[in-house]
Amino acid sequence: MALSEEITLTPTLETSWRTPRLWRFAGYLAMLATVIVIGLPVYWTVSAAFKTTGEIYRLPVTWFPAEPTLANFPQAWNAAPFERYYLNSFLTTLGGMAAEVTLAIMSAYALAFLRFPRKQLVFLLLLAALMIPVEITIVPNYLTVARLGWINTYAGIIIPGAAIAYGTFLLRQAFLSLPYEVIEAARVDGAGHLRIMFNVVMPMAQPAIVTMALLSMVAKWNDFLWPLIVTNTTNMRTLPIGIFWLRNSEGLINWGVIMAGSLFLIIPVLIVFLMVQRYIVDGIAAGAVKG
Amino acid sequence: MLQKQTRHVTMRERREWLLFALLLGPNLFLFGLFTYWPLLYNFYLSFVSWNFLRPRKRFVWFENYAEVFSQPQFWTIVWNTAIFALFSVGLTLLIGLALALLLNQPLRYRNGARAVLFSPVIMSGAVVAVVWSYIFDPRYGLIDQLLGLIGLSSPNWLGDPAWAMPAVIMVYVWKNLGYAVVIYLAGLQGIPRELYDAARVDGAAPWDRFWHVTLPGLSPVAFFLSVTSILATFQAFDIIKVLTNGGPVIATTTLIFHLYDLGFVSYNAGEAGVIAIVLFAIMLILTIIQLRYLEQRVAYS
Repeated sequence: MALSEEITLTPTLETSWRTPRLWRFAGYLAMLATVIVIGLPVYWTVSAAFKTTGEIYRLPVTWFPAEPTLANFPQAWNAAPFERYYLNSFLTTLGGMAAEVTLAIMSAYALAFLRFPRKQLVFLLLLAALMIPVEITIVPNYLTVARLGWINTYAGIIIPGAAIAYGTFLLRQAFLSLPYEVIEAARVDGAGHLRIMFNVVMPMAQPAIVTMALLSMVAKWNDFLWPLIVTNTTNMRTLPIGIFWLRNSEGLINWGVIMAGSLFLIIPVLIVFLMVQRYIVDGIAAGAVKG
Repeated sequence: MLQKQTRHVTMRERREWLLFALLLGPNLFLFGLFTYWPLLYNFYLSFVSWNFLRPRKRFVWFENYAEVFSQPQFWTIVWNTAIFALFSVGLTLLIGLALALLLNQPLRYRNGARAVLFSPVIMSGAVVAVVWSYIFDPRYGLIDQLLGLIGLSSPNWLGDPAWAMPAVIMVYVWKNLGYAVVIYLAGLQGIPRELYDAARVDGAAPWDRFWHVTLPGLSPVAFFLSVTSILATFQAFDIIKVLTNGGPVIATTTLIFHLYDLGFVSYNAGEAGVIAIVLFAIMLILTIIQLRYLEQRVAYS
């Protein structure tokens, strides 16, 4: 594929060796420019996190920290209860993800392999939920959660967002594309539905489940609107809410500390992303092109 | 004998129905409670006058609607929402297409470049906005530095009503560009190789191949992207909340921000309900357009 592309670029004799090289050079240059434009803000954050306050507010601004310092990190850590934010973010992310994955697997299995009168109608009911964005439900859901006494609780953060339509849809597709003979063989061997779900379907559909879980994890970790609404004590804030309040209180005073605090949140996601990049990117692309 | 067999099947079927209900029940129950019920409740709320920190509610028919639609600021907010959607989506789709075509070339390190491009997508919008509020600092920020290189000085991005919306759009595009690139790349890989070969045999120049093979081949993906991206801009809250808080004045207040503001700053459940319904109606229409289009595509292929 790569080779044929080059060959087609050499129709005339005199440019036969020059054009592709020039093109390639331009291509690399454009790629480099893109990476710089996208990467520069992140670099700026990192470099500010290592600058002293004096240096940040000195003109002309420096591109590299002149006197690199680590002081911003402990200062950020102490400016807000970050250990509590981490705990809250970990618990709500893991809880939310576990709930979504479990519900999606259960629902997808039922929709893919079980008989039920008017099954299509049930499926539509689930799909239609995709058309109702979370954002328009905030006031009624706040009232419901308040009535349940769930304000400032993990349940209040996790449960209203636990139902899952898109993931169910993706997993149902994945389950339906599994080789039917294997499932049939397990059934002939006398395995019940729950055993087939745990021992046959789930292992075979593992890539789809992992992708779904990762997408759900990223979404929960970054969620902002709902945790902002449903928490009002410092101790129940998740990391994004915590950073937001840190910026509001620390504000235009100490950018180095704020940038260090931002890295507390970005670094874990970036590490996870670089490790499992393929799952996330391919999963998103597959969902779009099929859907 | 025959009767016995049918009864046996029904028993098994009944058990399957029960299992189906048990497996799907929790998901559907949660959707009922936290998705469908709120939608209906919003309709009800839009007809009452209610500060929801207090118990007293009053049924007022269409007063909330009249109140919302008669405020000139509402129409400014609708305009803001449209401008934000149009420019964010337009820029994302155009730049995204160019970058996807670039990364579709056989260049080394292109997977690395794709990872860099995609990484803002998985970052928290709130943190991205915090970082950019420093970048936009008119005296000590990155943009002022870059503009300084070519002898310009930075506008007061977040404090000037004329510049706040462009700033929000810039951050939004920066954050979401990678998503469009990944989807375009998947679309490019889905265009059958034979079409290019056939075009080449017919003597089509690279530009013609782009115009007559690549672009038509990408159109379904571009359509998908434009609808989903527009829908996403209607839901964009974190960047606006953190970067500008809807201001200065209401220069960057969009419908979703207005909904939050009415609900959780003014505690005005009735008017928030009206905005929720307006937002839902707009998004529903867009989704239906998309489904119609998908149906057509399925019918033709």
